[in-house]
Amino acid sequence: MTTLTYAQALNDALREEMRADPRVFIMGEDIGHHGGIFRVTNSLLDEFGPERVRDTPISEAGFVGLGIGAALAGMRPVVELLFMDFALVAADQIVNQAAKLRYMAGGTVSVPIVIRAQQGGGRGNGAQHSQSFEAWLAQVPGLIVVAPATPADAKGLLKSAIRAGNPVIFIEHKLLYNTKGEVPEGEHTIPIGKADVKRVGRDITIVSFSRTLLFALEAAEQLSQQGVEAEVIDLRTIEPLDMETIIQSVKGTARLLVVHESHANCGIGAEIIARVYEQAPDALVTPARRLGAKQVPIPVAEPLENAVLPQPADIVKAVQAMM
Amino acid sequence: MPLSPDRLPDAYRQMLIIRKFEETVRNLYQQGRIRGSFHPCVGQEAVAVGGCWAVRQGDFMTCTYRGHGHAIAKGLSVRAAMAEMLGKATGCSKGKGGSMHFTDPSVGLLGANAIVAAGIPHAAGAALASQMQKKDAVALTFFGEGAVNQGVYHETLNLAVIWKLPLILVCENNLYSEMTPSHETTSQAETYPRAAAYGMPAVRIDANDVELMYATVEEAAARARSGGGPTYIEAMTYRLWGHMMGDPEVYRTKEEVARARENEPVTRLARRLKELGHSARDLAQWEAEAEAVIADALQFAESSPAPKPEEAFTDVFA
Repeated sequence: MTTLTYAQALNDALREEMRADPRVFIMGEDIGHHGGIFRVTNSLLDEFGPERVRDTPISEAGFVGLGIGAALAGMRPVVELLFMDFALVAADQIVNQAAKLRYMAGGTVSVPIVIRAQQGGGRGNGAQHSQSFEAWLAQVPGLIVVAPATPADAKGLLKSAIRAGNPVIFIEHKLLYNTKGEVPEGEHTIPIGKADVKRVGRDITIVSFSRTLLFALEAAEQLSQQGVEAEVIDLRTIEPLDMETIIQSVKGTARLLVVHESHANCGIGAEIIARVYEQAPDALVTPARRLGAKQVPIPVAEPLENAVLPQPADIVKAVQAMM
Repeated sequence: MPLSPDRLPDAYRQMLIIRKFEETVRNLYQQGRIRGSFHPCVGQEAVAVGGCWAVRQGDFMTCTYRGHGHAIAKGLSVRAAMAEMLGKATGCSKGKGGSMHFTDPSVGLLGANAIVAAGIPHAAGAALASQMQKKDAVALTFFGEGAVNQGVYHETLNLAVIWKLPLILVCENNLYSEMTPSHETTSQAETYPRAAAYGMPAVRIDANDVELMYATVEEAAARARSGGGPTYIEAMTYRLWGHMMGDPEVYRTKEEVARARENEPVTRLARRLKELGHSARDLAQWEAEAEAVIADALQFAESSPAPKPEEAFTDVFA
C-alpha cells in the first residue's frame, strides 16, 4: 500500500495504461505543458511526448469528435474536459455520437473512448463551473458513467475504464484531487458496475458517491456518537447501478437515504429509490429519502453555496428524522 | 493516376447503381414500405463515385444522411444497403440504423451521420489515428455546404491544420441547405475561402465531372499520404430531387431544376463515353447491368427476415 492523492492516483493509472498499451493517448486543454490544471496529467508529456499527450485548442466538440474518430480507427483516447460544465459544449458528440454509433451500426464498430471531467462546487466557482451531470449522462443508453470517491477507487476505475472498450464518462471532483488515501501497489483495478460498502452499519443505508461520499462518512461518525450506525455505500459506478449491493444492505437496515451533490430534482437518488421500491417493496420501515442540491443555479458566496449544496449536517439531520 | 478512360464504363455503371437505388427507395417509400426519412442524392453521384474511388478501401470515410451514394461507392454491399432500408435483419446495421447511419468498417465507412457536420471530426480523428499508427491511410469526409456554418466544422478545420492531419474535406455544395438557398444563410457564397483562411489548400471544382472530382481527390490523398496535411475541396453539384421525401420544393423553380438536369453527372458521363467511341448499345448494356444489381438487391432485401424484437437490446456495448 502507498499513500497517494486522488490526482496522483489518476496520474499513476494514466501512466501505467499508456506504458502498457500504445493505443492509449490523452487529449485536453492544458494537459501537456501545464500538466493539467489539477495536476492529473503532470509529467506525462515528458515521458510520452506530444504525439500521445496533446494540448488541444478550446474546442470541446472538435476534440471529443476527434477522440471518437480515433477510437473508431483503433486508438484508445482518454479525453479531458476541464470542467464537466463544458460537456454541454460537446454534448452532441458525447450523446448523439459516442453513445450511439455502435448501436446505429448494428454492432460493427465500437467507440473505446474515456471522457474525464471534474464536477462539483464547494469552492465558489460559480454556476457554470460547479455542476454535476451524472444523472443526465446516466440516462443516455450507450454511456458508462463512473464516479470514484477515493484515490484507490480512482486509480482502479480509471484503469478499468481505459480497458472497457466502450464510451466511459469518468467523473472526478475538484475538491477530491488533494484528498489522500491508501492505494494498493502493483496492478490494481476496480470493476465497473460494482458499488462498495465503505462503512458497515445496521440502522440505515446511506448511498452516495464522489465528494458527497466523504460527507456521508463524516455524518456517519457523528451519528455513531448518537447511537445510530449508518451503513455507507459508495456507488463508484453510476451507470450501470449496482442495485444488488444496495438492496442487500437495505434488507438489513430497512432505511434508505441517498445523498448526492447534484440537484435532487430528477437525480440518481430518485432513480435508486424507484428501483428499491420496484425490487424490494417491503424492505423499508420508513419512506426512503433523497438529498441533493436545491433547485437553483449554484451561487458563489460561501453562505449561499452552503445553503444550496448538501452538507454533512444536512445528512445527519435527515437521518435523525428517519430514525 | 487519373481515372483512366477504360474505367469510365465502370464509373457510369456505379453512378447508375446509385441513381437506381435512390429511385427504388423512393418507390418503396411511396408504397409505405420504408419508415423514417430518406434524403436522396440524385444528381450528386459523381461526387460520391469520383471521391470514393480516388481513395483506397482501407482509407476512412464519413458522410452525411444524404450518403447512400457515398456508402455504395466506398464499397458497402448494395444488398446490405437495400435490406437496411427495408429494416431487415440482413441490413448493414441489422435494421437498427436505417437510411442515415450506413456503416461498414470493412470498407473504411465509419458512418453516415444524421447531425450536420458531426461526422467531420470523426474523419479527422481517424486521420489522427492513422498518423499515430504510422500508417499511410487517409480520411475522407463529405458534408453539405450547410455544415460550414456549424461550430464543429470550424473546430475540425483548425485541428486538422495544427496537427497536419491526413484529411480530405469535401464540401458537397448543392446550393440548398435543406429547404433554404445557402447563399441567403452563409456570409460568402463560396465556402472554400473559409478553409483557406485556416491555412490549408482549398479549391472549388465542377464536381459533376466525375473525372475532375476523382483527380482532385486523388491529388489531395497524395498530399495527405506524404505528410502534407489536409485539403479542402468545394465540390459544386446540384440536388435534382428535394431535400427529403415529402419536400414540396417550393423554394426553387421547375425551370431551374430542368436547367440543372442538363448538367447532371450521369448525362455528362454518357456524353463523354460516346465521345470516347462507345455506342448507345454499350450504354444501354451498362444501364441494364446496374438495373440487375438493384433488382438483385431488392429481391435479397424483400426475402430477408425482419429482425427479432429481442435484437433491439443488443449491440449497445462491445
